Amino acid sequence: MNIQEAKFQYLLRLGDSSLIIGHRLSEWCGHGPILEEDIALINIALDFVGNATSLLAYAGQTEGKGRDEDALAYLRDEREFRNLLITEQPNGDFASTMARQFLFDTYMFFLYEELKNSKDETVAAIAVKSHKEITYHLRHATEWMLRLGDGTTESHERLQSGLNDLWMFTSEMFDMDEVDAMLIKEGFAPDLNKVKTAWEKRVKEVIAEATLQIPTSTFKQKGSKEGKHTEYLGFLLAEMQYVHREYPGAKW
Amino acid sequence: MIQTYSKEQIFKLLSEIPDPEIPVINIIELGILQDVKFEDDLCKVIITPTYTGCPAMRVIEDDIRIKLKEIGIGNVKVELVFSPAWTTDWISDEAKEKLRAYGIAPPDHSSFDKQVLLGKSRELICPQCGSTKTEMISQFGSTACKALYRCLDCKEPFDYFKCL
Repeated sequence: MNIQEAKFQYLLRLGDSSLIIGHRLSEWCGHGPILEEDIALINIALDFVGNATSLLAYAGQTEGKGRDEDALAYLRDEREFRNLLITEQPNGDFASTMARQFLFDTYMFFLYEELKNSKDETVAAIAVKSHKEITYHLRHATEWMLRLGDGTTESHERLQSGLNDLWMFTSEMFDMDEVDAMLIKEGFAPDLNKVKTAWEKRVKEVIAEATLQIPTSTFKQKGSKEGKHTEYLGFLLAEMQYVHREYPGAKW
Repeated sequence: MIQTYSKEQIFKLLSEIPDPEIPVINIIELGILQDVKFEDDLCKVIITPTYTGCPAMRVIEDDIRIKLKEIGIGNVKVELVFSPAWTTDWISDEAKEKLRAYGIAPPDHSSFDKQVLLGKSRELICPQCGSTKTEMISQFGSTACKALYRCLDCKEPFDYFKCL
């Protein structure tokens, strides 16, 4: 693998994660528990899709084969996607969605904090911008963690069960492979161990304050870095890509 | 032909373009328009997005093309730059006053609301009646850049332009 391929892979990992979690969140449109929350979820979804647009556009330029952000988003199949497994997990109930957002937003918050120092100017610029936005997302998710965790018996149980179900997808966020090793050396990407320490500390604090328990399961699911996904991604892509594939090049 | 226009003239022309979602302020007051450059017969307009997913950017891009076409500049490239990242500090005081008059509480001077992670909401002044007894309804409002508040005195809900 050369450095250009490594950069392309890395940008896909970032961009695909934003795209897929943005799409998942958009499924809440019209289904939020209250109007303000419905609007909040869709606002956040929009930020993620916007962020994915910048990252995938840059991925396409880096690859240099003439693929733009739309080609990358709509014309790749499941095994070519590099999004983290946690981002494709179904929404479940509201508590489960909030658990997913909290675990992922905390990760992105600390990751973008590191990526701001990337030697790649475009990545650093996108990171500065995205870090500002993710700060608001993280606050939103953290507030719900506290409110639901320290709420009624039912809200507490639902959130705990959401956390338990998603926990096995968190460890791959910090896995590093050849791509990471090459890009750390270049000063393009950060060492994920640093992000992991900050993530663990923050997640533990919020879970304790929300009177919840850190899940005890030690099973770790991974695969996204090689394009091995859970069964849910295929269905998501079928819905997301349908119009573009049915009417290629359509304009209105 | 094109070089007969100065950068200042183009800026003045583009200042007629309002923000599609907050029509009382224009794209210069909002800090979106960054620069205008001429490269042979190409007119390059550099803009920066407020939020990465802001749907108004497409509309603004179209508006810029239409405006320039009016004075005979057809070869236009609108470039989106992310660095330096847009901040609410770029909104002029005059524009902030326009926002207030329009019913949107303007952002503070501080470049970023540090309280944001602590979950504390700011004390805001109601743009309708001037009361300081207000509370946040939702951190996310009608557009990506706004939060939703309500006044406890005049009971009116209002938008707050978030610090970024």
